[in-house]
Amino acid sequence: MKIRVSYSKLGKIRFTGHRDVAHMWERSLRKAGIAVAMSVGFTPRPKTAFGLALPTGAESLIELIDITLDPASGVTADQLDSIADRLTTSLPVGMSVTGIRECAGTEVSLQEGVVATTWIMLVAEPDGGPDIASAVERVNSSTEVLLTRERKGEKHLDNIRPGILELRSADAELMSSLPADWIGESVGHAIVAVLTTSGRGIRPTELVEVLVPESDPPINPWDHLNRVLRINQWIERDGERVDVLTGRPAHTSVSA
Amino acid sequence: MTSLWSRLEPLLARVRKPARYIGCEDGAIVPQHGHGKVAWLLAYPDVYEVGLPNQGLQILYEILNERPDAVAERTYAPWVDLEALMRERGIPLFSVDSHRAAEDFDILAFNLSSELVFTNLLNMVDLAGVPVRSELRAPSDPLVMIGGHAAFNPEPMADFIDVAVLGEGEEVIGEITEVVREWKASGRTEGSRLAVLRALAQIPGVYVPSLYEVEYDGDHIREIKPLYAGVPERVMKRTVSDLGDWDYPRNPLAPLTEVVHDRLAVEVFRGCTRGCRFCQAGMITRPVRERPAEQVRSMIVDGLQRTGYNEVSLTSLSTADFSGIESVISSIVPDPTACGAPTVSLPSLRVDAFTVGLAAKVAGGRRSGLTFAPEAGTWRLRTVINKLITEEDLYGAVESAFASGWSRAKLYFLTGLPTETDIDTQGIIDLAAGCVAVGKRHTGRANVTVSIGGFVPKSHTPFQWFGQNGVPELRRKIGLVRDAATKTKGVNVKWHDPSASLAEGLASRGDRRIGAVIERVWRDGGVFQEWSEYFKLDRWLDAMAAEGLSPDFYITRHRDEKEILPWHHLSAGLHQDFLWQDWRASLNEFGLEDCRWTPCYDCGVCTGDGLEHIVASPIPPAGGSQGTGQDLSRGGITPVTLRSKSSVGAS
Repeated sequence: MKIRVSYSKLGKIRFTGHRDVAHMWERSLRKAGIAVAMSVGFTPRPKTAFGLALPTGAESLIELIDITLDPASGVTADQLDSIADRLTTSLPVGMSVTGIRECAGTEVSLQEGVVATTWIMLVAEPDGGPDIASAVERVNSSTEVLLTRERKGEKHLDNIRPGILELRSADAELMSSLPADWIGESVGHAIVAVLTTSGRGIRPTELVEVLVPESDPPINPWDHLNRVLRINQWIERDGERVDVLTGRPAHTSVSA
Repeated sequence: MTSLWSRLEPLLARVRKPARYIGCEDGAIVPQHGHGKVAWLLAYPDVYEVGLPNQGLQILYEILNERPDAVAERTYAPWVDLEALMRERGIPLFSVDSHRAAEDFDILAFNLSSELVFTNLLNMVDLAGVPVRSELRAPSDPLVMIGGHAAFNPEPMADFIDVAVLGEGEEVIGEITEVVREWKASGRTEGSRLAVLRALAQIPGVYVPSLYEVEYDGDHIREIKPLYAGVPERVMKRTVSDLGDWDYPRNPLAPLTEVVHDRLAVEVFRGCTRGCRFCQAGMITRPVRERPAEQVRSMIVDGLQRTGYNEVSLTSLSTADFSGIESVISSIVPDPTACGAPTVSLPSLRVDAFTVGLAAKVAGGRRSGLTFAPEAGTWRLRTVINKLITEEDLYGAVESAFASGWSRAKLYFLTGLPTETDIDTQGIIDLAAGCVAVGKRHTGRANVTVSIGGFVPKSHTPFQWFGQNGVPELRRKIGLVRDAATKTKGVNVKWHDPSASLAEGLASRGDRRIGAVIERVWRDGGVFQEWSEYFKLDRWLDAMAAEGLSPDFYITRHRDEKEILPWHHLSAGLHQDFLWQDWRASLNEFGLEDCRWTPCYDCGVCTGDGLEHIVASPIPPAGGSQGTGQDLSRGGITPVTLRSKSSVGAS
């Protein structure tokens, strides 16, 4: 059986990287006593497939992993809840399983299927320049938003506007739906952004670069991005964005 | 006491590998600070990835946190990027467990596994907001302590530390806690720092440098004497008598980010009496104390379950010597082809075919490369250093390795050893070429990597009197090996930069006057001296010149029997007579047997401290000649006697 599991990554553990998370999962699956199918060869690896990498420093309510269970273990669908509990116990502090379901072999892989993700970002208001609310308006009213990015060691001027699918200030209702300990002492203007992950996706830090005034030397976006939280991952079905785990369409709910 | 987390948090996304600073490991405790508890900050003066796996620190962390009167947290050297941001914003050194400021702890206890981290210790003390010179510290400042192998000559650090602990920490940390608890209860009043230091000096194994005066006669030491009555003239190291009483760590730390040695470690024995004369670890950790095989097994099973690791390293100074090695391996590697079965790694392999058999058994399908350490290129030089491996042992080991499917072997050598000639240096390549020839019988891909390090004489060893080779001489010898290797197919050479060996030599056998040099190097920005990108020899030489000190006097000069060495008042249990006789025996090319299985030659450790070896088997394990010149491939018979060098045959 193949299962698709969603999990959160919140708090201090956000400073671990994608490879670190892969190692945590390997160890947590063993601690939880969950038999995972292994690849063949001299160094058998557990058959797991991760979703899109979460940037080091970003948090998430919905990270994803597909796990192929060892066929010999005879796990049935009604045991999935207990697997989720065992995994949450075994995962490090800050990571919890938030959803689990059987995954058909025909489903598109997470890496290929996910087309966009929704972020909540707390952006510090810049000194002197236009405030973040005005910057959001400026982006929304433009057809072209240029950003210099590096590819293969060379600088390119890209129009990232088409990849910014939605951008607005976060309302109080949304903010109050977030984990109580999430914001902590951080301050900043809360925005919601749906950013493409297809092709060369757009990172939250890249969005920050176009929201705050340019400077010389270039800003470190993390000086302005106090916190960033991924709250949805979307796949496309019949021309509509739907939640990768639940299949719910985008307009029914913002947070998973 | 407040957490610094909210001030650190905004910085972490801007630095490399921020997971170094978050704690949260499996096995980490939630520290319970409280009134009357002695708060220890266990510090490793190198970067997190290097320090986290350190077993000594993990053991003390757990033992202290089990005590009702103590709490322990951990800290590691912040990498240079975070340090710059911390200094810019006035954020002090912090613990990774609860992100408390270092100055909120009663004790800053550093684990020193090498001398090149000395400058990092100064940097961390300074970053803690504590005066780097101990004489300037107030009663409110933490006590700065050191332990670990590089604390056996603490004299170069005498100006900066309050206390050095010699030997194993399991028992002594409790005794220190009790004294410091009393000091806290008394209110740490003005002037009480001296009183607590004097009380600590009463604990066996505890050395307080400021309670001793060193008198010089020109460059040489005339006398080292206590300043107060009741302060011991000589401080003896601490040793736990039975490792079976200390099954720690019970909750091994499994980090969230990649570290060196990223696997479970289970210590199978402590101490080594093979008697390699260059090896400080072997000399200062005697006697041999094996952990019961059953305890090793249960620590492996529990540790794997707790951490989720699927690899365990059986650690010691020579793991193939562990009496229970075969039974332990058989029980944890039931079927190496089974998916998910734990893999076992055996560091510090002995050089013989039997040992390779063990390695093959645990390697499963992996055949990445096997490492052996003959250390010297000729039998003559190996008798000098008492690494009594015959060519037959090495070729037998290599034969077995290539026959078992390995195609690469790595050979470790030291250069700059006592009595070494160019014939010995050339012998390195001859041995490597011999190994390639053996390998070619099995695979055309056979190749051998020779790794050469410059020998640095250490305190408390028979070579403590030896004048280290200078940098040009080490470079010349490495050059000889490299030149010879270019003419030898299948042999590659790697080497360590000899200039770092010079700084290590200075710090290893220095006296108190070297403290000023270490401080200058640190103030000049010389941190992370074990990292080649941060090491500059000129910093050390300039600091020596500025202090008017001679590199030759400290590093390259031979010492004689009469000389009072800087660690004269500190003892690893070894009789000075024994060390001197072993040094003379070395120069006469006489080997010395392993006293685990032969009558005691009274090095002083067991007799002086009421200890004895704890070894499950009365006879040597099977494998090679084991330095006896006898065929012990099926295990030894008691007693094993050492044959004279002539009957073993020169190479």
